[in-house]
Amino acid sequence: MTYIAKPKFHHPGLKKNDLGYTHRDYEGKISTLCAGCGHDSITASIIEACYELSIEPHRVAKISGIGCSSKTPDYFLGNSHGFNSVHGRMPSVLTGANLANRDLIYLGVSGDGDSASIGFGQFAHSIRRAVNMTYIVENNGVYGLTKGQFSATADRGSKSKKGVMNTDNAIDLVAIALQLGASFVARSFSGDKSQLVPLIAAAIRHKGAAFIDVISPCIAFNNHAGSTKSFDYVREHNDAVNRLDVLTGRDPITVEYAPGTVQVVEQHDGTRLALRKIDADYDANDRLAAMTFLQKHAAKGQVVTGLLYVDPDAEDLHTHLDTVETPLNTLEAKDLCPGTTALEKINASLR
Amino acid sequence: MPDQSPISSVNDFVVRFANVNGSGSASANELFARSILRHGVPVSPRNIFPSNIQGLPTWYEVRVTEAGHLGARGGVDMMVAMNPQTWDKDVASIEPGGYLFYDSTKPIPSSKFRADINVIGVPLTAITNSTYTDPRQRQLFKNIIYLGALCALLDMDPKLVEQLIGEQYKSKEKLLSSNVHALHLGRDWALQNLKCPIGLRVKKSDKVGDRIFIEGNSAAALGAVYGGATVCAWYPITPSSSVAEAFTSHCKKLRHDPETGKAKYAIVQGEDELASIGIVIGASWNGARAFTATSGPGISLMTEFIGLSYFAEIPAVIMNIQRAGPSTGMPTRTQQCDIIACAYASHGDTKHVLLFPEDPAEAFEFAAQSFDLADRLQTMIFLMLDLDIGMNHRLCRPLKWDDARQYDRGKVMTAAMLDEPGRDFGRYLDVDGDGIPYRTYPGTHPTKGSFFTRGTSRDRYARYSEEGAVYADNMQRLVRKFETAQDLVPRPLQANAAKPTKYGVIYFGSTAPAMDEAIGLLEARGHQLDRMRIRAFPFHSSVASFIADHDFVYVVEQNRDAQLRQLIVNENGIDPVRLVPILHYDGTPITARFIANAIGDHQDHLKVTPLRKAVS
Repeated sequence: MTYIAKPKFHHPGLKKNDLGYTHRDYEGKISTLCAGCGHDSITASIIEACYELSIEPHRVAKISGIGCSSKTPDYFLGNSHGFNSVHGRMPSVLTGANLANRDLIYLGVSGDGDSASIGFGQFAHSIRRAVNMTYIVENNGVYGLTKGQFSATADRGSKSKKGVMNTDNAIDLVAIALQLGASFVARSFSGDKSQLVPLIAAAIRHKGAAFIDVISPCIAFNNHAGSTKSFDYVREHNDAVNRLDVLTGRDPITVEYAPGTVQVVEQHDGTRLALRKIDADYDANDRLAAMTFLQKHAAKGQVVTGLLYVDPDAEDLHTHLDTVETPLNTLEAKDLCPGTTALEKINASLR
Repeated sequence: MPDQSPISSVNDFVVRFANVNGSGSASANELFARSILRHGVPVSPRNIFPSNIQGLPTWYEVRVTEAGHLGARGGVDMMVAMNPQTWDKDVASIEPGGYLFYDSTKPIPSSKFRADINVIGVPLTAITNSTYTDPRQRQLFKNIIYLGALCALLDMDPKLVEQLIGEQYKSKEKLLSSNVHALHLGRDWALQNLKCPIGLRVKKSDKVGDRIFIEGNSAAALGAVYGGATVCAWYPITPSSSVAEAFTSHCKKLRHDPETGKAKYAIVQGEDELASIGIVIGASWNGARAFTATSGPGISLMTEFIGLSYFAEIPAVIMNIQRAGPSTGMPTRTQQCDIIACAYASHGDTKHVLLFPEDPAEAFEFAAQSFDLADRLQTMIFLMLDLDIGMNHRLCRPLKWDDARQYDRGKVMTAAMLDEPGRDFGRYLDVDGDGIPYRTYPGTHPTKGSFFTRGTSRDRYARYSEEGAVYADNMQRLVRKFETAQDLVPRPLQANAAKPTKYGVIYFGSTAPAMDEAIGLLEARGHQLDRMRIRAFPFHSSVASFIADHDFVYVVEQNRDAQLRQLIVNENGIDPVRLVPILHYDGTPITARFIANAIGDHQDHLKVTPLRKAVS
């Protein structure tokens, strides 16, 4: 429905954030996805998170692959550059973009077909390279645009809309991301915006590879009985370990928490993440424990959500490559070209 | 005594070293080639190596050529046969009257030699074993010892070799003196026990001039440094890996901030070629100059992204160091076999700019220029080297740069431009009629100039559209853009024959030195040819007029299917019979002898006087 122009007027009393932007400034075109699609809730959550963080909309680069999820960057942050690239290749395009300009915020949007099948390799390698990004997988367990084939995240034993049983084992992208060293790993549910918005905000503030797997039911092809990615199934099996409040700045925490019920994680940029514990024993700073916890609960059919792991001392690819602070795309001939004197020396050494 | 008089030649002969790879022979052999250069005599060396790390046969061929013929010659005047595995083949390849140099420590049956060659035995193993105890040292110094013996046999000045060793081991006194010692061990043994010099001799000359000796891959990588590339993503593949490795080492020396020590570049070894080109396209989209280096199989893998670069108009540079295909083909052998694959890479209607450097000097120039072209044309640029240029040291003119040169970043709209009153920004709007639209870098302006990049069709303002007319409008603009490219890419170079002729020859890339030499051989046979070296695709209009000006034109290339000829026929609407293919594709570099024979035979055939018609 791209032919329907989104009306530009808005309520004069619309709230503004610290930069003076309204919610509308973070919106994009009208979604062309099916009414009730989980992805649209994720889009709304991204808009909400960016608004709350008072990010300058144009300082975000939104990059996606191919598929329903990958269409969504057109539906948020209309003043940002977007790149709907090649199926499964968002991670490499994002990596390159990030290398070119370290000063922008990189939002990678992908789906389960895009990241767990055709782009599984690129997903893995961008995570292990610690690219500074927020990598969101809108995970519905099916190929929506091609009408309902199973994807690699579909659980073994789950049924397709046509009643076919999936006999292949599922890939759990969260488990893989943990193993590959992602420094921020979360899972959420598109039906739970109050959980998702702060997770996206925290991921954006995180310096390093931040990965969020968002279970996002496909209303058209994967929302039936027998599916493990339906609204009903996820609501029933959602096992949240914590709820996250993102605290920016260094002001003292004023929210009242009962002792022992909150874990505060301070990130490099000064952002503090206050994790209200739901599972009292869950430690979001323990990668190995997170992996075990995840496997144990998955075996019981539970969908573990929340901020599962965060490394407060995360590093990113630019740190590893020791690149200059100035974005590479702003360097000019005078910065980059060694000139004739150096070339004369090189010539002399080759005789 | 050989029944053929020994070959006698000063500064014009071919020495081939037959070694086992992994034996450390490469540096000694290169030292040999460089020493001859220091005599002021041009050389043209070539590695002939297997796709293997240790244990398989490898050859290093040095053409000593005072006349400066830098193409492969064919034939061997002296074989340094250090590999028992290939002995029979190596001995068989020596020209009659040529020389066989071998390790005579163990007796070899006389049936293993030939009567028409000159055999020179040096007990290399015996000498090394009596001098060194460490097995690794024995292996390495054996190479230097044979170099010393060759020094005596070919009448080379040992001081020049010593000087080179000195430069190589500048700060390693121990290695320096032990290498010099080994050199003299070999030389002294030869002087005392053999008749020195032999018929092949190196005599000091002044034909090298200020030329430099460099591999094409290293030169191309340096061109990327000078051309302002800041992002390099690559995946190892022979024969291109040394481009990225050279870029890394050049950057380490030339691209660190003097104050902070930080890198003004980012190099990522991708997990495959798809990731490598994806990183390049992401970086270029975001306004950095980025490139990858690969070879045929990598091109195949990258084609989807190449189509994206074409259609979404994202600048990018691919250096394709061609090797023999198809499939894995002959990974360590040279060909010019990706012309069609690159010119039309990817599905749908696509066309790409190709540059064909002839040697390392041009590889440097074209590599730097490819980034300007990519930015100006907002499309993929292929720098088409091959293994022969890329992985061999080649004598070429010194690399040149103009300090006044600025990078051409093409049509990029800045925040200030976006704010100009009346300024209309449409990402795919052809404002200048040259088919090239303006682009903006991400993050430029809070409210203007953002757009959504996609591989799907869209209108002039980058809005998704499947309207036929909108799609066709865009595709036509891309054709206009490609026409604009014609006048921006390096033009063909033409050289006319001494006498007017009806025949011409077209060639490109690494064929150049062999072609130049072949012209002389053909003249000697009475054949005159005008020649044109094509340096880029799309073809400049002078290519069509060159063909029109001749009865027919030979097209010399190193592939089976006459790919450049196909491209000329296809793109310029030339009658195929006017272009005669001369094809060399066995994986060895093309030689002047091959070209001269193929063209000469064809020309001789034309001169056959037709039989008179029988009187009826």
